[in-house]
Amino acid sequence: MINIMEVTETNDMIQKEMLDVRTITMGISLLDCIDSDLKLLNEKIYHKIYESAKDLVAVGEEISREYGIPIVNKRISVTPIALVGGAACKSAEDFVSIAQTLDRVAKEVGVNFIGGYSALVSKGMTPAEEMLIRSIPQALSCTERVCSSVNVGSTKTGINMNAVKLMGEVIKETAEYTRDSDSLGCAKLVVFCNAPDDNPFMAGAFHGVTEADRIINVGVSGPGVVKKALEKVRGESFEVLCETIKKTAFKVTRVGQLVAKEASDKLGVPFGIVDLSLAPTPAVGDSVADILCEIGLEYAGAPGTTAALALLNDQVKKGGVMASSYVGGLSGAFIPVSEDQGMIDAVVAGALTLEKLEAMTCVCSVGLDMIAVPGDTKATTLSGIIADEMAIGMINQKTTAVRLIPVVGKGVGETVEFGGLLGYAPIMPVNRFSCDAFVNRGGRIPAPIHSFKN
Amino acid sequence: MKKAIITVVGKDTVGIIAKVCTYLAAEKINILDISQTIVQGYFNMMMIVDISGTEKAFGQVVTDLDELGQEIGVSIRCQMEEIFDSMHRI
Repeated sequence: MINIMEVTETNDMIQKEMLDVRTITMGISLLDCIDSDLKLLNEKIYHKIYESAKDLVAVGEEISREYGIPIVNKRISVTPIALVGGAACKSAEDFVSIAQTLDRVAKEVGVNFIGGYSALVSKGMTPAEEMLIRSIPQALSCTERVCSSVNVGSTKTGINMNAVKLMGEVIKETAEYTRDSDSLGCAKLVVFCNAPDDNPFMAGAFHGVTEADRIINVGVSGPGVVKKALEKVRGESFEVLCETIKKTAFKVTRVGQLVAKEASDKLGVPFGIVDLSLAPTPAVGDSVADILCEIGLEYAGAPGTTAALALLNDQVKKGGVMASSYVGGLSGAFIPVSEDQGMIDAVVAGALTLEKLEAMTCVCSVGLDMIAVPGDTKATTLSGIIADEMAIGMINQKTTAVRLIPVVGKGVGETVEFGGLLGYAPIMPVNRFSCDAFVNRGGRIPAPIHSFKN
Repeated sequence: MKKAIITVVGKDTVGIIAKVCTYLAAEKINILDISQTIVQGYFNMMMIVDISGTEKAFGQVVTDLDELGQEIGVSIRCQMEEIFDSMHRI
């Protein structure tokens, strides 16, 4: 039988170390909504999402109450809209009308984000996909809860450099469209390489075409729990360090698995995966950078950071995999800048640069995330940064992503405030040398040699 | 049997267990096990209870106990047992 020590340990994790379930995300396929009539398409989308997710928030809150564990977000991901709207949309404005429908239904069912205003163009773009991508700035400026992502490369297909070039321009334009809110639109836009079909975390969540009609995916978190556990093994060897991370990740993930099963049962929707990520928030004590410091660094970004992050990411996976029957999504350590107080401190102290972050993305679970850069950064420079990040993903057979915010009217040394879970960020300097000729070549980078496994 | 774990943490005072038990008896919630310690004047109790007999929704029991805790001046949490089981048992 459970003893008082174990109960206290669990409750301390929840109450003092900010253990929470970061998100229950319901994936909903919109493939059966496809229609050539735009009005009808919008109606079908609204009803399918509403009927599927009307109980999602209430069920999330009920589970939270029963187990005494906070479930921070309830969210929805849908089939990439470029596929769903292709037959009906004749212009960018037509696509924007779908974004508005998504926003309306998200508000109606009470979820705080809905992901899937997306296009998967890792090899080429159809006219509809290009139209959707060009509509992103407008869509993100006239909606509140819609998140957008574009997959521009993969290990199997190589990198679509035409899409990379276009995304540099789209990010700039999105920043311009949302300049009144410090270019907040860009915080809801992710560029991916090897995007997973079952990611529950925003802004990059979408419901892949390989998925079932509806699915429940759960994202757990708990950087504070890992940090606290590591405080007890200060000065011990790497063996002890790694064992501690692994055991902690196991416990955290078990909670995610329990919540996922419960949500799936109560909603009558199949369980998809648990994403066992260490996802920080701006709250003090909920930071991945603090774990790196606890491992032995003065600041995130100091020499040794990449190695520390590599072992952290690997041990989190090793501990978590056994704790859940299905693991998926991104699963690892996130290193967003604005959403992590320790990362912000490291940038302010001058310990962490964009180049070091790029190196860190080789071994973490995602990529260059929530990084504010000067508003006058050129579109081709953004494309160059995206291309670098996509190449890391392609060659290392991992997911990489870019979520950069070129804050209009602001420069290095200034700060941008996004509020809530998105946090605030000091604007980081970008390498000013040109990559215009590289980005403007056009075409695609072929798939790497190790992708030919057939 | 549906099991829940009740934890009571706070400054020690007369009648904490009595008040919690009175509530549980009224709601037909059977106590299976109690363990308790006092560390530096702080009262720390854990009860394992069977909630299959109560007619109240579990969420309501959680709220009631929370309110009772506020009356006595301690923190009372009531959680389904599975969260502890899944975390500490393979």
